[in-house]
Amino acid sequence: MKDASSSLEAMSEPALIVKPNKRSALFQSLKRDKWLYLLVAPGLLYFLLFKYLPMWGVLIAFQDYQPFLGFWHSEWVGLDNFKFFFQSPDFLRLFKNTLILSFLNLVLVFPLPIIVALMLNELKNALVKRGIQTLIYVPHFISMVVVTSMTYVFFTTSGGYINEIVKNVTGHTIPFLTDPQWFRPLIIIQTVWQTTGWSTIIILAALTGVNAELYEAAMMDGAGRWRQLWHITLPAIRSTIVILLILKLGHFLDNGFEHIYLMSNSLNRSVADVFDTYVYYIGLTSGQFSFATAVGLFKSIISIILVLGANKLAKKFGEEGLY
Amino acid sequence: MRKWNSTGGKIFDCLNYVILILFAVCTVLPFIYIIAGSFATDAELRSRAFFIIPKTISMDAYEYIFSNGSLVRSLGVSVYVTIIGTLVNMFFTMTMAYPLSRRDLRGRNKILGLVIFSMLFGGGMIPTYMVVKGLGLLDTYWALMIPGAISAFNLIIVKNFFQELPKELEDAARIDGCNELGVLWRIYLPLSKPILATFSLFYAVGHWNDFTAALLYINSPEKWPLQVILRQVVALSQNVVAAGDRLDPNFVEPPAQTVKMATIAVGTVPILLVYPFLQKYFTKGVLLGSVKS
Repeated sequence: MKDASSSLEAMSEPALIVKPNKRSALFQSLKRDKWLYLLVAPGLLYFLLFKYLPMWGVLIAFQDYQPFLGFWHSEWVGLDNFKFFFQSPDFLRLFKNTLILSFLNLVLVFPLPIIVALMLNELKNALVKRGIQTLIYVPHFISMVVVTSMTYVFFTTSGGYINEIVKNVTGHTIPFLTDPQWFRPLIIIQTVWQTTGWSTIIILAALTGVNAELYEAAMMDGAGRWRQLWHITLPAIRSTIVILLILKLGHFLDNGFEHIYLMSNSLNRSVADVFDTYVYYIGLTSGQFSFATAVGLFKSIISIILVLGANKLAKKFGEEGLY
Repeated sequence: MRKWNSTGGKIFDCLNYVILILFAVCTVLPFIYIIAGSFATDAELRSRAFFIIPKTISMDAYEYIFSNGSLVRSLGVSVYVTIIGTLVNMFFTMTMAYPLSRRDLRGRNKILGLVIFSMLFGGGMIPTYMVVKGLGLLDTYWALMIPGAISAFNLIIVKNFFQELPKELEDAARIDGCNELGVLWRIYLPLSKPILATFSLFYAVGHWNDFTAALLYINSPEKWPLQVILRQVVALSQNVVAAGDRLDPNFVEPPAQTVKMATIAVGTVPILLVYPFLQKYFTKGVLLGSVKS
């Protein structure tokens, strides 16, 4: 069909008889779909400007970027920024802090929505189930600033509700907000509070897809509740869990800039500094653009390797994977 | 459907209800306490441990907030950015999703590839900052709206939704002389009202809650949105950041706990007001179906 239309076009426009090739086909579709291309243009421009131009801008990681010289005149320094980063004492601290938070996140936060979704699935009263769902989705829509602000109000040593209880029980207050020891537990508690409910949605969606006849058949065979869970429910949602896990691994090193930034202060920086916040402090507060970009790039590359690796691993174990 | 009449099964069911209800209550209790506290007096807040209805209702905290110039202005900034920003989001997302939903569009797969790759890899904070700076957007409200104009994830969901719409209507419209713009405006958008509403609300919530964009791109205090001011009222007055004060034994906390609570309430209540509308859509499965595909 395409050939027919292009030869038709060639007849009406003599200039194109000479080269009735790809270019004229392109011209054809541009002309035919000019409105569509006009519509796609603003969005495409957005992606090129705000997603792809920064990807190219990543090259300053290999420069000694000076704002007054600009990108074209700054000196190229190869891998110096990376070498400097790996040798600096900050590197190990950041790496450790990031990994510990990520690990706690994976082990403590990731399984919870699955458990809660399975529990919700066992509820027989639809009204109660709906009510619980309505309530536990709320925190997802609350800003990080409000979440941390509420934490401050509750945990402050001067009149915070939690600390009043602690004082009544032990006789003294605990500086939750400034003590490095409490930084990670607070982050995890906040994350659990904010994300658990919302994350059940996708598991619940997978659970509704389980064939009810399977349960009936299992019941005939005398399988109890736990056996049904183990042999029917869990296998049914396994692929969903694997996909969520791959996605999670892709963001393994993302500790959430906003969250960490809002919870860190001068007294807990020893445990609070992670890659995300370090890039901000070094880049935008101290103005070392090249160095900060190198740190960010290092993180992005590891993340990409993690996604691809996890995906490959999932495929090896017979799961579908993402790509 | 499934019934468990054994004693163990009954105990499990009871426990299950209790634990889940407790979990649900725990997620909302902090809000209730904060809102209750915002209407209480500072004295009551100090003397009573926990309450849901204050003994004396006091509007002092709210009067203080709404007489505070910077707070009122930041509220205005947030409302402005939320409304205009959401319009920007919807314009960019819809205009891009429609052509991408057309399978016969030349170059469609390449553009989709660009979009998907941008979800996996990004330039990061500093290069993006340099682009925003280079475009002269720094310290303007546009910096809070343009750099996040399209969420790739939302774009793909909308595109998939458009793809599912019946093609017959489109053909009929074209026979009636509609061009592509007409088809989008007269056929696609009216048919996509639920998804338009859902994504408008999601984008709007994102703008209202945004803190990082303002932190990165806005320097002038008079242009700060509510979340930045909220952070200042609650965290900085706590003097957690100025650590020196904490170590000073004579340091006395400013008696403004109710003001903090009221500020948090002002930052949260708009979200809680739109929540029922949001919920209507995601429980209906508009999103669920799309997320799965």
